[in-house]
Amino acid sequence: MAEQRVDPMTYLPGMEILEDSPIQDEVLRRVAAYDYSSVTAADVQRALAHEVKTPEDFGALLSPAAEPFLELMAQAAQKETRKHFGNSIQMFTPIYIANYCSNHCVYCGFNRTNKIRRARLDDEGIEREMKAIAESGLEEILILTGESRAMSDVKYIGGAVKIARKYFRVIGLEIYPVNSDEYRYLHECGADYVTVFQETYDPVRYGELHLAGNKRIFPYRLNAQERALRGGMRGVGFAALLGLSDFHKDAFATGLHAYLIQQRYPQAEIALSCPRLRPTLVDETIYPKGVTETKLMQILCAYRLFLPFASITISTRERAGFRDNAMAIVGSKISADSKVGIGGHSGREEGDEQFEISDGRNVEQVYHALLDHGLQPVMSDYIYV
Amino acid sequence: MENDVLTLGGHTFTSRFILGSGKYSLDLIRAAVENAGAQIITLALRRAESGETANIMDYIPDDVTLLPNTSGARNADEAVRIARLSREVGYGDFIKIEIMRDTKYLLPDNQETVRATEILAKEGFIVMPYMYPDLNTARDLRDAGAASIMPLGAPIGSNKGLVTKDFIRIIMDEVDLPVIVDAGIGRPSQACEAMEMGAAAVMANTGIATAGDVPAMAQAFRKAIEAGREAYLAGPGRVIEHGAAASDPLTGFLEAKGGEA
Repeated sequence: MAEQRVDPMTYLPGMEILEDSPIQDEVLRRVAAYDYSSVTAADVQRALAHEVKTPEDFGALLSPAAEPFLELMAQAAQKETRKHFGNSIQMFTPIYIANYCSNHCVYCGFNRTNKIRRARLDDEGIEREMKAIAESGLEEILILTGESRAMSDVKYIGGAVKIARKYFRVIGLEIYPVNSDEYRYLHECGADYVTVFQETYDPVRYGELHLAGNKRIFPYRLNAQERALRGGMRGVGFAALLGLSDFHKDAFATGLHAYLIQQRYPQAEIALSCPRLRPTLVDETIYPKGVTETKLMQILCAYRLFLPFASITISTRERAGFRDNAMAIVGSKISADSKVGIGGHSGREEGDEQFEISDGRNVEQVYHALLDHGLQPVMSDYIYV
Repeated sequence: MENDVLTLGGHTFTSRFILGSGKYSLDLIRAAVENAGAQIITLALRRAESGETANIMDYIPDDVTLLPNTSGARNADEAVRIARLSREVGYGDFIKIEIMRDTKYLLPDNQETVRATEILAKEGFIVMPYMYPDLNTARDLRDAGAASIMPLGAPIGSNKGLVTKDFIRIIMDEVDLPVIVDAGIGRPSQACEAMEMGAAAVMANTGIATAGDVPAMAQAFRKAIEAGREAYLAGPGRVIEHGAAASDPLTGFLEAKGGEA
C-alpha cells in the first residue's frame, strides 16, 4: 500500500521559516517565465557582448541557441576565470562520516529503502580518516553525511567539525538542511561553508522524486543557504543534479538562486557545482538524460560568465580528461582522492557508496595534472576569523 | 634620481613597484620579483598560513619586504585580528588593510578601513590601507595614522587602468602621504601613467600573473614605472589643450601700462 505522502510545499513542525525572504518566490517566478526555446542567436550575441551579464543574458547563454557559440563562450569564460582566480585552483576532498538516511529519493544510493551497508564513524573513526587525508597534504575538507537527523544529529556533526579543525584549515559541510541557530552552532565549531544541492527547482518534479523524509519539503531545502548565512557562515554552495528534470531550467534556477542570494547578502562567498546523475550500486541504469558533456560545458561556461566571482567545482562524477580541461577554462576548485563510501580514506570501508565516481585519482595525481595544465594547486586560501 | 627613494613608515625603498603574489603559478614568483626589481611583495595572510605542499613563502626571496594583507576580512574587527596574527607569526609590522563585504566587485569598505587603520596604527603597525578613492576618507586615513594611501585605479582584476584618475589626483594634491595606486593596473602603459601623474608607487598583480610570459611582463612593468617616475620628476611640459590659445584673448582689454590708480 502506498505510503501517505505529505505536501512537499508545506513546512514540517520545527522547520524554521524565513517569512521575510523573497528569494524562493523570485526564483520560481523567473524560472517559470524562462523560455529557453525562444532565445535567438541575436540574443546570445547580445549577451556575449555585455560586460556584466544580466539574468536574461544568463538564460540566453544556457539556451540551445547558444550551442554554436560554445567555443566563444569558453574563451570568454576562461578570461573571467583568470581575471578572478589567476592560475589558482583550490584542492579539497569529501569525507562521508555517515550514510544513514531517512529520505526516500528515488535516484540516490543512500535512499532509505536501499539495502546497502550503513555505517556511522565514531570520533575515533573520524579522527583516523581525517588524519589519513591530512597526510596527503590537503588542507580543505568537505564533511558529508546521509540525511538522518536521528543517526547523525547536529551535535555529532559539530563534533566532527571540531576534530577537523585539528587537521584542516578550511571546513565545509554538505549535510541535511538545518535551522539558522544550528548553522550558527556548526559555524562556531569551525565550519564556514555550507553546500546544499536543491537537486531540481521544479516543485512538481521534486515531489515525484523525493518521496519521504525531511528532504521532501522543497522550501526548507531551497532556503537553506540563506539560513546558513544568517547563522554566520562565510560561504554557500548551490547545485541542481542535472538530468533529474528539465536541465535548462534547473541550471537557470541554480545560477539565479546564487545571484539573488549574493545580492541580498553581498558578503557571501558563492560556490557552484554542476553534477550530472550517476549510476548507483542498486541502479546501474541511471543516466543524465540529455546532459551531454558538450551541454555540461556550455552550462559551466554560462555559470562562469554570469557569476565570474563564484567558485566553481568540477565534479568527480566526470572523467579525468573532462575535469582537467574544464578546470583550465572555468574551474576554481577540484576534489582529489574522492571516496563516497564510509571509511574509505583510511582503508577500512564500513559503509557503501552514494554513487559511482568517474575520476578516482589521488591527491598527487590531481596536483600534477593541474600543474601540467599550467594551473597552480592551492591547498588553502582562507582564514577563520 | 639617485636619491629618489620611497619612504614608508621609516623604511626606504628604491623600487616603486609593489608586486602582488596571488594568482601566480608559484614557480614564476621568484622570476617575477627579480624581473620587476620589486622590493615589496604583498601576501595574503590566508595564503601564507597554508601548510607544506604549496607554501607560497618558499617561493618569495628573503631580501624582499613582506607586505601582508588582511584579505578575507569583512569588517574592521576581522582585519585587526588578521593583522595581529600576521605580526605574531613573524611577518613584521607592515600591514595592508583590505576590507571587503562584497564578493562580486571586491570593493573596499572605506568606513571600516578607517576604523581598522586607527586601531592598528596605535599598535605600531605601518598601515597601508587599500581604499576607494575618496578625499574625505583619505584625510581620515591620514589622521588615523596611515603610512600611505592605496586608492584603487579600477575594480580589482579588471586591468582597466586609471578609471578613477581624477579622484586619485585630488588625493595626491591634498593629502601629504605617499599615494600608491592599487588594483586595476593591468598594463605597463597604465602603470606609467599613474607614476607620471605623481603616484609614489604602483601595485600590480593580475596583469603580470596572467601574462603569457610572466618574467617579461614583470620587466616591462618595471621599465614603465621607472619611465613614469622619471617623467614626473622631470616635470612634464605644457600640453596645449584645444582652444587654449584663442586669437582674441579675453584679457585684451587691459591697458598695456598699469592702471589708472
